[in-house]
Amino acid sequence: MTAYLTKRLLIAVVTLALASVVVFSMIEIVPGDPARLMLGMNATADAVQALRDQMGLDQPLLVRYVEWVSRLLTFDLGKSYTYNVPVRDLVMERLVVSLPLAIMALALSTLIAIPVGIFSAERRGRMADTISMGAAQIGVAVPNFWFALLLIYVFAVWLRMVPAGGFPGWSAGVWPALKSLILPAIALALPQAAILSRVTRSAMLEVLGEDYIRTARAKGMPRNVVLWHHALRNALIPVLTILGLQFAFLLAGTIIIENVFYLPGLGRLIFQAITQRDLIVVESVVMLLVAVVVLVNLLVDISYAVVDPRLRTRR
Amino acid sequence: MKSWKTILVAAALALASSTAAMAARSDLVLGMVLEPPHLDPTAGAAAAIREVVYANVFEGLTRIGPKGEVLPALAESWTVSDDGKVYTFKLHSGVKFHDGSDFSADDVKFSLDRARAPDSTNAQKGLFEAIDTVEVVDPTTVRVTLKHPQGSFLYNMGWGDAVIVSPKTADTNKEKPIGTGPFKFDSWARGSSIKLVKADNYWGEPVYLDKVEFRIIPDASAAVPAILSGDVQAFPNMPVGDSLPQIQSDPRFKVVVGSTEGETILAMNNKKPPFDDLKVRQAISHALNRDEIIAGNGMGGLGTPIGSHFAPHNPAYIDLTGTYPHDLEKAKELLKEAGLENGFKTTLKLPPPPYARDGGQVIASELREIGIDAEIIPLEWADWLKQVFTDKDYDMTIVSHTEPNDIDIYARKDYYFNYSNPDFDKVIEELNLTSDEAKRKELYGEAQKILAKDAPVGFLFELPKIGVWDAKLEGLWDNAPIPANDLTKVKWAD
Amino acid sequence: MTIIADEPVPEPQPAFLALALRNRSFVVGALLTLFVAGMALLSVFWTPYDVTKLVVADRMLPPSSAHWLGTDQFGRDVLSMIMVGARASIAVALAAVVIGMGIGVPLGCWAAARGGIVDEVLMRFNDVVFAFPALVMAILITAIFGPSAINAIIAIGIFNIPVFARVARAGALAIWPREFILAARAAGKGKARITAEHILPNIANQLLVQGTIQFALGVLAEAGLSYVGLGVQPPMPSWGRMLFDAQTRMMVAPTLALFPGLAIVITVLGLNLLGDGISDVIDPKLRRQR
Repeated sequence: MTAYLTKRLLIAVVTLALASVVVFSMIEIVPGDPARLMLGMNATADAVQALRDQMGLDQPLLVRYVEWVSRLLTFDLGKSYTYNVPVRDLVMERLVVSLPLAIMALALSTLIAIPVGIFSAERRGRMADTISMGAAQIGVAVPNFWFALLLIYVFAVWLRMVPAGGFPGWSAGVWPALKSLILPAIALALPQAAILSRVTRSAMLEVLGEDYIRTARAKGMPRNVVLWHHALRNALIPVLTILGLQFAFLLAGTIIIENVFYLPGLGRLIFQAITQRDLIVVESVVMLLVAVVVLVNLLVDISYAVVDPRLRTRR
Repeated sequence: MKSWKTILVAAALALASSTAAMAARSDLVLGMVLEPPHLDPTAGAAAAIREVVYANVFEGLTRIGPKGEVLPALAESWTVSDDGKVYTFKLHSGVKFHDGSDFSADDVKFSLDRARAPDSTNAQKGLFEAIDTVEVVDPTTVRVTLKHPQGSFLYNMGWGDAVIVSPKTADTNKEKPIGTGPFKFDSWARGSSIKLVKADNYWGEPVYLDKVEFRIIPDASAAVPAILSGDVQAFPNMPVGDSLPQIQSDPRFKVVVGSTEGETILAMNNKKPPFDDLKVRQAISHALNRDEIIAGNGMGGLGTPIGSHFAPHNPAYIDLTGTYPHDLEKAKELLKEAGLENGFKTTLKLPPPPYARDGGQVIASELREIGIDAEIIPLEWADWLKQVFTDKDYDMTIVSHTEPNDIDIYARKDYYFNYSNPDFDKVIEELNLTSDEAKRKELYGEAQKILAKDAPVGFLFELPKIGVWDAKLEGLWDNAPIPANDLTKVKWAD
Repeated sequence: MTIIADEPVPEPQPAFLALALRNRSFVVGALLTLFVAGMALLSVFWTPYDVTKLVVADRMLPPSSAHWLGTDQFGRDVLSMIMVGARASIAVALAAVVIGMGIGVPLGCWAAARGGIVDEVLMRFNDVVFAFPALVMAILITAIFGPSAINAIIAIGIFNIPVFARVARAGALAIWPREFILAARAAGKGKARITAEHILPNIANQLLVQGTIQFALGVLAEAGLSYVGLGVQPPMPSWGRMLFDAQTRMMVAPTLALFPGLAIVITVLGLNLLGDGISDVIDPKLRRQR
């Protein structure tokens, strides 16, 4: 067990280290001078140079890499070029949008997908199964940003029930803020739910085929107890794995949806930072996202080990 | 179930409070497209900085009014010596910065010296180039001596880049701007909104609004619903796209199509073949159909055609759009004379705004008509500034020059057009030394004519300013002589 | 979301097509895919209108007999644009699959054949790539190197590499211990030759299934990239770009936002069904579960 966990941990650390090199070197080859961008078209050359000096842009690469990594290790994400405030503050500001959005989308997709998946598995091959899995197929095929456009048209432009975009901030009140997250959450949840319902269904089918379930059924246990209690619990591992990955994806994968709805979330922060060449923000936030994914994977690995003792010895 | 009830009650309360606020309204949510990179107008060129702080948070010695006129601001009056070289400014007394400290002539000296210092990060150092010395005569008197007379000096001092800052807060103005204006900075949720509140003890005429929020809404798809729903009550420079008719027909809104200082041009690299050939540039100018470009410019089909680099609302403007009218036959003929009867391949680098990205597609299609195959290369502003503006690594580009009275850029050495014409330079030189209005107007006319004939760039249209605001709102600027959202006179009608 | 088909597969049954034609997913998927591919192919030779010629006077016309799906903000025929857009979509996604397969499959096979440190290094490389948010990185890559079809292909293709490496490795690992491989080794064949002659044919089906999945994901990714302006560039139309342009005009011309989206759904749905169908047919175990 300890050996297994140590190895997993080591792998996570190596992954992070390699990723940091990749991120840093990618950012370094970005064309465009942030100093020129900040000062604008009519700025003189010496004004630009003055700003470059201020920002330390002329230091050697290696120095900047080492400085960057050592700062990251102390959770100092650096200072944004364009906003001139600590990146950590920016991330925090954005997380109050992205985190509730991710949670709402995940809750929504789970609430739809798990019952649908179980329901289909139970009625395998019948009409209800065919229809719900057909819908899931379509759900996987719909680009979430297009679905978002359709939602905007119906609920914001046509019915005017919710805002078409933007985020008034939590200071405007809980309801106005939540209201502006409803459409994005639905748009994000649909494809996720489609995938999740398919995973749930096949995990359930796998479990329902196992001997102990047949035995339980043969012994005359009520169908619902078998289904919800025994089968679901065992089908949960693959489902939770997908959920974990989806959560990590939702934190940054909202980049296009946040653009559709003009939500000031983490995805939009990265997008703006990329277009404005705010390199510090890009590298720090990408590293942060990589760290989240690595962490989620590590947690999944650990929970596997806890649940399934065989895994501890196998690699 | 209970939580639902709480939410409903909260919603009802929110509704009630917002209707209550309607009765004696003193708040305003104003939409803007671009978020400022920071809020210090003395350390960045972005128009968005001025659109938040100009006249609201920061003030200069003079200021520019809604019609582009020079008005007194922190300087209540001034005198100019007979040789036009010494300006003596009499300052208002009793002025305080928002941090409570007193404003005096020392701050003026500090601000002007800082702006023109060698290590200054002021984006418009040129504005201060003529200044020789700045002297404090007494706490309310400043004397500025110029190296040579400069006709536009008072105008220059009204720019956002020339506002007066306090030495104590100069370094932190980017995040927490401290000025002398009627509004003080409250908070900034990056990527979302900037809030200002009424300043206490403002020295000048009191303002009507208590709270102002600048909400950042970058695109028509979000801006239009935001205005329609009332979330945003004013959008002085609104990206309406093709939804303009919808808004115009709604009596709740006032739509003002004003002018800007934005000469939108198809810039060409004048040193790079084949654009170094006047005939090629003329051919391109003949190929451009301005009406079609304006119809497809992504700005509701608005914009005034221009034939030179000058704003149509300027008194010195001459209509030169007829210099090279839309004429494909003539264009092809000129290309043939230039030895390019089979056309040529080139590139068109486009920055992000719709006028460039959408207008660029129309122009590329028009150029194909005369055999010029322009590959479209979209660039973010960062890349555009580097490749096109700084490195001059481009063939053609589309951009709007939004600085006021900036025809002199064609006389700049090493400017990205790579254009050089000694005759034109001479006119600009003379203009710089002339302060007589009639003579200046004449010189401006001459400059416009030279450019129109020389076609160093394709002149397209003057960027429109489409302002949309609640019909009950008064006092916003119709035009944008300089980038600003001056809120000092804005109020809700009863 | 990446779906990995890592079930070991028995040799293909002879009557593949006969079986496949009885599979509903396969038939529907194949028809949809052929429809889109046919549209793309046709657009090479003929479209109702020239999509590079703008007729600003005819802008934003509703669907009519002259323009079946209406015109866009520059007066271009939407049907023609969707046809040409299919070409861009398919080209980008297919090329990205080719990159992923071309690099990923040899890597996966190599790791499976060599084992040990090579395998370990490859798995770590996979971990690193998988840890990156693919869409964010694709946006970053295309933004840095300039938006173009080529850069979109590279950005999407890079993230296909570990997927195919993993599938190839898992498939190959399952086959190496089999008897006919042992026989081949006893006959003195080298690892490279065994991989080429015995392993690859046996994992081809799995790779094909994964190929359709990545193809579909590539179509979605390309649409997303062009929606944010980083995919195929004008005057070449692309579905994502059409949706972006439609969004700002949704109040005036809502149909502009409808058709490109439907085109994407049909393409992705077709490919996914096709992939499901193939794996149903070649893998009875999976079929049982579907």
